[in-house]
Amino acid sequence: MTEEKKVVRKKIEATSTMNKYMADYFYELNRASKSGDRKIAWCTSVGPAELLLSMGFLVYYPENHGALLGTSRMSTEVIPNANVIGYSPDICSYLTADIGAYLKGVTPLSKAFDGIESVPKPDVLVYNTNQCRDVKDWFGWYSRELNVPSLGIHTHRNPTDIEENVVSSITQQIRDLVEPLEKISGNKFDLEKLKKVVALSRECSELWKEVLQTASTNPSPLTFFDGTIHMGPAVVLRGTQQAVDYYKILLKELKERVKNKEGAVEDEKFRIYWEGMPVWGRLRAHSELFANLKACVLASTYCNSWIFTDFNPEDPFTSMAKAYSELFIVKSDEAKEKYMKRMIDFFKIDGVIYHDAKTCPNNSNNRYGMPQRLEKETGIPSLVINGDLNDLRLISDDQTKTNVEAFIEQLEENKR
Amino acid sequence: MNKMNSQPVFVGIDVGASMTKVAVIDADKNLVGHHVKKSGTDFTATADFCLEASLKMANVEGKDIVRTVSTGYGRKNVPFANDTVTEIGCHAKGCFHYFPIPITIIDIGGQDNKIIKLDESGRRSSFKMNRKCAAGTGAFLEEMSARLDIPLEKMDGLARQSEKMIKLGSFCTVFSATEVLENIRNGKKLPDIIKGVFFSVVNRIMEMDSLTEKVVMTGGVVAHNPYLVNMMEEMIGREILVPVYPQLSGAIGAALHAMEKEPINIT
Repeated sequence: MTEEKKVVRKKIEATSTMNKYMADYFYELNRASKSGDRKIAWCTSVGPAELLLSMGFLVYYPENHGALLGTSRMSTEVIPNANVIGYSPDICSYLTADIGAYLKGVTPLSKAFDGIESVPKPDVLVYNTNQCRDVKDWFGWYSRELNVPSLGIHTHRNPTDIEENVVSSITQQIRDLVEPLEKISGNKFDLEKLKKVVALSRECSELWKEVLQTASTNPSPLTFFDGTIHMGPAVVLRGTQQAVDYYKILLKELKERVKNKEGAVEDEKFRIYWEGMPVWGRLRAHSELFANLKACVLASTYCNSWIFTDFNPEDPFTSMAKAYSELFIVKSDEAKEKYMKRMIDFFKIDGVIYHDAKTCPNNSNNRYGMPQRLEKETGIPSLVINGDLNDLRLISDDQTKTNVEAFIEQLEENKR
Repeated sequence: MNKMNSQPVFVGIDVGASMTKVAVIDADKNLVGHHVKKSGTDFTATADFCLEASLKMANVEGKDIVRTVSTGYGRKNVPFANDTVTEIGCHAKGCFHYFPIPITIIDIGGQDNKIIKLDESGRRSSFKMNRKCAAGTGAFLEEMSARLDIPLEKMDGLARQSEKMIKLGSFCTVFSATEVLENIRNGKKLPDIIKGVFFSVVNRIMEMDSLTEKVVMTGGVVAHNPYLVNMMEEMIGREILVPVYPQLSGAIGAALHAMEKEPINIT
């Protein structure tokens, strides 16, 4: 039989520390949800979390829950519950999985953390449409269901450069949230507190950037698949000391690996960039697929999206507006392509994989000719794989495997 | 019984979703044995059967095999293979052997289509497989033949008789079947409907990628429905190259890959 020898994937030692921080975070939310002693805000992943934290809210991120539904492979079972109430299988499968799980009364948090029975109850829902319209629709459903206010920021989408008028518009929209949030939280806004949170977010961001940039070394000490797990604190704990502490620990370990030339993938031969969402229910399978081909998927737009270098504690509102608007997903293809070229060069990439996620058009950047344009400009080959972030009904594992294997064969031919 | 013609041979086996194909080549890259059989549900047994038949045709024995490469969806289910190479890599190798020029290969298989572009040295510059659905594949033709109650092997001849093709509009196999039924209800002629079915296959392929100057078509669907090649030629306005055994391209490519690898010792 022609079964290959399985390559051992190198485990990151800091994982247990991260798991503890994540557990503490979810237990604190659970306690507050039960006791009502702290107000809870649900926030989109690049919503104004800094403002919410500074005003005393505990912040919960439904997108993180969507990803947990995906990694636990519960998503495909619960998505139909949202489909039957009118939320199409063609729209964001974070949204349909999350609402579907609520309707079915299940959560992966119960499986991961003893004693947690449900997601925390919100006192307010705060979104930013910088990613897509779906986040607003998602929170709109909960707002009606739970009779909780839904507030938000409407971002100007697809600019090449973020002009001053856009920054001032977003800045004003953030400022406008202060008054209603004061009423809901019962706390007066405190600029000094906001500055402190923004400073912590910036520090977290800088450390996360350094973590990801260790992958520019050859061999890379971490993979994209590691990144999708270890970005947890950058997503749910940004603006807190815990996130800063965690990334200092992780960075130290990765720097040690770099020093010792320890690659995340044994005998790394090919360096791959991943553009688009992960397939959450196939993280392990994909990680093994690439590792067995001696290919290291080592950088991604997705993990990089939690690097916010614009945060400036001296000018918190304006810098938050800039940070939330400078996201890759917000920008025009022209800006995205410039960015991709920089990344391909910086990480010394041999090939780019675009994940065309059926239910996430805003994170599927292959649909307007980008792979063809970038291939022409950089000479770096690319592959598009069809799949989805959460809905495993939209995936053909065999086809993905054949495509990836054929792509690596192609890269091998090119290296000869 | 013929006396065995003992000579080193290289074997390629393409276990496709629909059919299993084996090609045996000699040291001069001549195709000396081959066999095709439905893959069925027991890939290993089918692979064994096809190998035996191919070796018999080549008039050689198992001990004469230097190396075997398997390819196709069932490539990991071939116990006697030494290596695996994807069907993309094997079709590329097999086609370039016959047409050593820059080419675009269109392979229409039972359950998927491939478009592979090769440069002047035979290296892949890009490839694409069809997306998840059956549109434009052999499975689409099988579904239509069942709906029309026409044996698959008669479709090519009937399509050629068409005088006024009926165009089908949908991507979806199920919706296309509904369109076919609607045309039957409306009394349209069978050859015209079948030509429309063929036209749909050609269209789905044309939508996948751009084509270079020289185009090669391969695959079981092409082998059994050569009219598809004529229709494609008409559409792109130039001649299309087809190897002698279009269904065996992947298997021949696998055998050529076997030859390229380090020969194993024969004891």
